[in-house]
Amino acid sequence: MQKYLVVAVAAALILTGCSTTASPEDTTPEKLVLVTHDSFNLSEGTLAAFTEETGIEVEVQAAGDAGELVNKLVLTKDSPLGDVVFGIDNTFASRAVNEGVLENYVSGDLTDAEAQYLLPADQGGAQLTPIDNGDVCVNVDHEWFAEAGIDEPVTLDDLLKPEYRDLFVVPAANSSSPGLAFLLATIAAKGEGDWQQYWAGLVANGVKIDAGWSDAYYVDFSGPSSEGERPLVVSYASSPPFEVQEDGSVPTGALLDTCFRQTEYAGVVAGTKYPAAAGQLVDFLFSTIVQNDIPESMYVFPVNAAATLPEGWSETAKIAENPFVVSPADIDANREKWLSEWAAIATP
Amino acid sequence: MIVVRARRRPSAIFWMALGVGVPLAFLAVFFVWPVLAMVGRGFSDGLPAFEVLTRPRTLRLIGLTLAQAAIASIASVLIGLPIAHVLYRLRFRARGLLRALVIVPFVMPTVVIGVAFRTLLREGGLLGFLELDGTFVAILLALVYFNIAVVVRTVGGTWEGLDSRQEEAAQVLGATPRRVFFTITLPRLAPSIVAAASIVFLFCSTAFGVVLVLGGSRFGTIETEIWLLTTQFLDLRAASVLSIAQIVIVAGMLLLATRARGRSTAERRIGALHSARAPRRSDALPIAVAVATGVLLSLPIIALVLRSLQGRDGWGIGNYLALAGTGSRNALVVPVWQALGNSLVIAVQATAIAVVIALAASLVLSRTPRSVPGRRALELFDGVLMLPLGVSAVTLGFGFLVTLNQPPLDLRSSPILVPIAQALVALPLVVRTILPVLRGIDPRLRESAAVLGSAPWRVMRDVDLSIVARPVLAASGLAFAVALGEFGATTFLSRPDRPTLPVVIYRLIGLPGGDNFGMAIAAAVVLAAVTVGVMAIVERLRVGTIGAF
Repeated sequence: MQKYLVVAVAAALILTGCSTTASPEDTTPEKLVLVTHDSFNLSEGTLAAFTEETGIEVEVQAAGDAGELVNKLVLTKDSPLGDVVFGIDNTFASRAVNEGVLENYVSGDLTDAEAQYLLPADQGGAQLTPIDNGDVCVNVDHEWFAEAGIDEPVTLDDLLKPEYRDLFVVPAANSSSPGLAFLLATIAAKGEGDWQQYWAGLVANGVKIDAGWSDAYYVDFSGPSSEGERPLVVSYASSPPFEVQEDGSVPTGALLDTCFRQTEYAGVVAGTKYPAAAGQLVDFLFSTIVQNDIPESMYVFPVNAAATLPEGWSETAKIAENPFVVSPADIDANREKWLSEWAAIATP
Repeated sequence: MIVVRARRRPSAIFWMALGVGVPLAFLAVFFVWPVLAMVGRGFSDGLPAFEVLTRPRTLRLIGLTLAQAAIASIASVLIGLPIAHVLYRLRFRARGLLRALVIVPFVMPTVVIGVAFRTLLREGGLLGFLELDGTFVAILLALVYFNIAVVVRTVGGTWEGLDSRQEEAAQVLGATPRRVFFTITLPRLAPSIVAAASIVFLFCSTAFGVVLVLGGSRFGTIETEIWLLTTQFLDLRAASVLSIAQIVIVAGMLLLATRARGRSTAERRIGALHSARAPRRSDALPIAVAVATGVLLSLPIIALVLRSLQGRDGWGIGNYLALAGTGSRNALVVPVWQALGNSLVIAVQATAIAVVIALAASLVLSRTPRSVPGRRALELFDGVLMLPLGVSAVTLGFGFLVTLNQPPLDLRSSPILVPIAQALVALPLVVRTILPVLRGIDPRLRESAAVLGSAPWRVMRDVDLSIVARPVLAASGLAFAVALGEFGATTFLSRPDRPTLPVVIYRLIGLPGGDNFGMAIAAAVVLAAVTVGVMAIVERLRVGTIGAF
């Protein structure tokens, strides 16, 4: 035990440098802490480019999914977890901004081409820099429908038709982030008063609700790498490229009229000792060095218009032209109410 | 009285204080303080939302929590007992291997077993005709699946050391095996059965992933609700009320268990040498139950092994070769083998912490104070040691963030938190394995040593520690397995550049593409194999120390 106390105290001494609240200093730090969600991933050497450029090392701290990430920042406001945050998405942006966990900083490198991704001025437009986005859409097993000789559905309304009975599986909105995104798509599509009826219709048509994305996709979906028998699943628009076979055939696809767009943002954490350096790191996340690496590392699209997509992505990874949108403020105000109503209908 | 006073020398009090102080300090800093701080957050803006307790949803979840924990612990005991009998009372070939194998379900990542179970139970699956997918029964099956090992090992450890001569005498005098079991064996096993059942109850009452995955989100526990309220809604006022409710329920259960255990007398123990015997005809029932359960337990594992051998190009070991890399399109930060290395190192640290603290606590707990307040204090101490198993990992995890953030304990991002959290989970299991043995030591042994002039530390070393050496080894194996498989706290605290094997498996299984899924399953099989290997070595060492065979 004593040995461990020694280790613990030593570790404490080493770590005290990075996360105490103090007045901002404009010196260059040796290290910045980047707090992210669990899915953050970049190719080896990408962050090293920032260190070469500025002499500052980047330490990555993962903090759960997007919701947990924001809540952890809120709870540790008095002694922040890090200097820069990446991974706050449009479903949690309002909470982060209202709780005051972010400094006012948006990368000056944004151009008009990326203006569409900026949040409304009072809901994070002054604190959050868009980094990437991805669509959550219904995925379809082309092979299954070809074999069955049934036309594939196209719209959300099609999913209520009797020919698609017992064919659809979704991850639950209250325990999965793509599940929540799909619920938001239906709320945007049907409107505040009518989405409940739509979900009652889905339930009546035999929709299967799974707890998480993994078991919806791998256990119940019928795609080539899955085990199940249902040819329709809520997943990402970027999932089909992963199912491309060696002969080049594309066995699954995304229904682009059923999508909700998740945009992920970076920002400077309020209370950082190094706001200037933190801003530089946000700029770096938006630079083409990181943006070019994002598709292959995180399975989402870069927002920077100057970024280049990897080979093959333009054919197999599609983007919805008109994804459904719910404003971050509405999501924040109604999340609990919507999820309780949804749970009452979908998981009685 | 004179003898008692003679034993209470200043140095005895010092050792006693150390034995109580070290575990209490550890728990105070790494458990009580974080939990209280997090619960306290719910009180910061006026009264917490006590109305949450009157919501029909909350009442239903509390009911479900109690029901599933109670049913699963009873079922685990009923199924675990015959297996413990076969593995710890009978002598046959491959017994050591089977003892190691039985722990496998316990360490498998929830998400992997969830997928394996659902693959068997889903419509069109091998067991799909049972129509259990998404039902309460499926959740119970999985909870029992995970926890049988707890019963087998906790009860088996005691059973192995019970003197069998009393039973043999009864048998010779004409008692049926049934009667011998119910009137002699069962009462003597009662304390360890209660201990095992309460551990299972605690595990089940905080179950999270299994409940969601197998219930298809239709069912929940207090734990899933705390998670939802804390991580999704940031409704700390309601979450803290549920945390309190959870602590009250768990504490009440522990109190019951302590009382139930306390009534039974300590048993004298002897070496396993005398207790194990060759199987007889009267063992048919337990053997049948053990074999049937063994087959059922191995079904999901076999399914996983088969799946791990399937790649894009049909059968092969491609998924295992891929473990040297970082997955398709760099799914991981480090290769899987490196994650396994991290897991092993962290598990060793966690085991060391858990065993040292558990040993200190058990040496104190094994003493029987003469005074009633003294006994009550020890009961309380005992209960506090068990609490970490039954209190929300979400509350504790967030509690770490809001407490361990100031020097000298700014440990939030320190790698040491991971083994500490794992040790918290392993601690109760280690205490429950060591304590019955220490309690069973004839106090006259210690007294005669003291009377003959041994210093208290010498009594402890020569009497307590030498007798407890083997159970400590067994407990270390168990603690190691717990640490190796721990996921909830680990994923909350581990650093991205130093992930453990379960964390890597979780990440792989959360990404699309057949290669990543295959790798995840292969990695889970590796985790199982490593666990079996470690447990088998522990079994070997135990046998070696008593010089049997």
